Amino acid sequence: MGDQSIIRVQHVVKTFGKVTAVNDVSFDLRAGEIFAFLGPNGAGKTTTIKMLTTLLHPTSGALELDGLDVTTHQTEVRKRFGVVFQDPSLDSELTAWENMDIHGVLYHVPRHVRRARCEVLLRMFELWDRRDDLVKTFSGGMKRRLEIARGLLHTPKVLFLDEPTLGLDPQSRNQMWTHVRNLRGSEGVTVFLTTHYMDEADRVADRIAVIDHGRIVATGSSAELKQQTGTDSLEAAFLALTGTTIRDESATAADQMRQVARVWRR
Amino acid sequence: MAVVFVLWLRELKKYLRSRVQIVASLGTPLMYLGVLGFGLGPVFQRAGEGSYLQFMAPGVIGMTVLFTAMFSGIAMLWDRQFGFLKETLVAPVPRLAIMIGRTLGGATVAVLQGTLIFGVTLIAGFRPVSLLAVPLAFLVIALIAVIFSALATAIGSSLKEMQGFQMVMNFLVLPTFFLSGAIYPLEGLPRVLGALTRIDPLTYGVDGVRGLLIGRTHFGVALDVAVLLGVGVLFVLFGAWRFSKIEA
Repeated sequence: MGDQSIIRVQHVVKTFGKVTAVNDVSFDLRAGEIFAFLGPNGAGKTTTIKMLTTLLHPTSGALELDGLDVTTHQTEVRKRFGVVFQDPSLDSELTAWENMDIHGVLYHVPRHVRRARCEVLLRMFELWDRRDDLVKTFSGGMKRRLEIARGLLHTPKVLFLDEPTLGLDPQSRNQMWTHVRNLRGSEGVTVFLTTHYMDEADRVADRIAVIDHGRIVATGSSAELKQQTGTDSLEAAFLALTGTTIRDESATAADQMRQVARVWRR
Repeated sequence: MAVVFVLWLRELKKYLRSRVQIVASLGTPLMYLGVLGFGLGPVFQRAGEGSYLQFMAPGVIGMTVLFTAMFSGIAMLWDRQFGFLKETLVAPVPRLAIMIGRTLGGATVAVLQGTLIFGVTLIAGFRPVSLLAVPLAFLVIALIAVIFSALATAIGSSLKEMQGFQMVMNFLVLPTFFLSGAIYPLEGLPRVLGALTRIDPLTYGVDGVRGLLIGRTHFGVALDVAVLLGVGVLFVLFGAWRFSKIEA
């Protein structure tokens, strides 16, 4: 295709003690595409995103973003991506505008550019009317939209979305994907998302990497994966590739905190 | 610099917006002041030590600063998983700037809370011997706030689970308070207790504040300030180091 790689991951391994979370993973992202990591909980999706976003160091292997080594050029790499984590990272005691503005300061976006970008993005994600409201008064879908808007403020080359629709109602999920698909046109950003919903990967992504037990078992467009496995749905292809649907994982410390967080929000 | 400022401002805004929390956090110090202050007052008086309220007001201010500062660090644990902290950890700014912004913010909030309690002690009848010394006392209070905010950052960076919170409370925060001489004089203590009070940084903080506000000090204000400065530098370095090691 001759497309340029914006992300290059080669033979990356990440172990936590005796557990191998990511096991010899290699893949490329082409500039401008929407790429999905599809796999069950605990497959290694979030760990891979954390390594690409400089929050974790790989045990071995190489990660490159926009031609820069992620482990040795942390600051330069950080300027080039935006990220929406699985768990919220907004300040709920501040307003939507204040959250955006602080992000702009952290990313050294000049004041006048910051203001203009904040307005464009808040309008794009239909949050402009609520800009002066505290984030704690927002619905789950609004918070997620605000996080995406914030992640785009410094015009990154890559946007990471870790399970962006987790915990949202079907309507908000639909809306979310419409926004994400529109980004390619409006922002020209490469999107790397993870999900464990097959229908979402099927609808949104240009290419899908199926990941299970820390290994990539197949990569390709939805059509290619179906063809490769001789199945007619992505769900059947997934089953054929991994031999499982959903696997139960033992809870981590973060999972336990998530439980508490859910109770608190009710 | 802009980064440090904006993170500091964030802590301040959050504090000023949480009215309920401000009032709620006055509960513990008020209880100490009211119940212990007036309850033990007569005994203290009979022992020939003068007014217990005068004696313990600086201690209660120290306690407020300690508790407020430590809580801000423990909140960090939550913040790391479900809050704003992760946003700052992937930003293209040095971790040191983030740590300093947060720590100064936490310390400022602790000083504000201490000021509030200082006001309450005045209402309760506490009278500083010299008004000129009050600003100096607040410099010492600011040192206490920085020390424990930095320590809280170090702890918040190191803990992995919420369960650790109880440990920190019972084995660090409460002993720091009870060993500080905030509620009893340091003179004539049993040797072991006396030695323990000397390794508690808050001891020097409370002693310094007391020295400046009521003219009664065990170590001398100069030594107090010297120790606080030393410990402050040490803890800020320690906090910065732990913060730089966070993997989310």
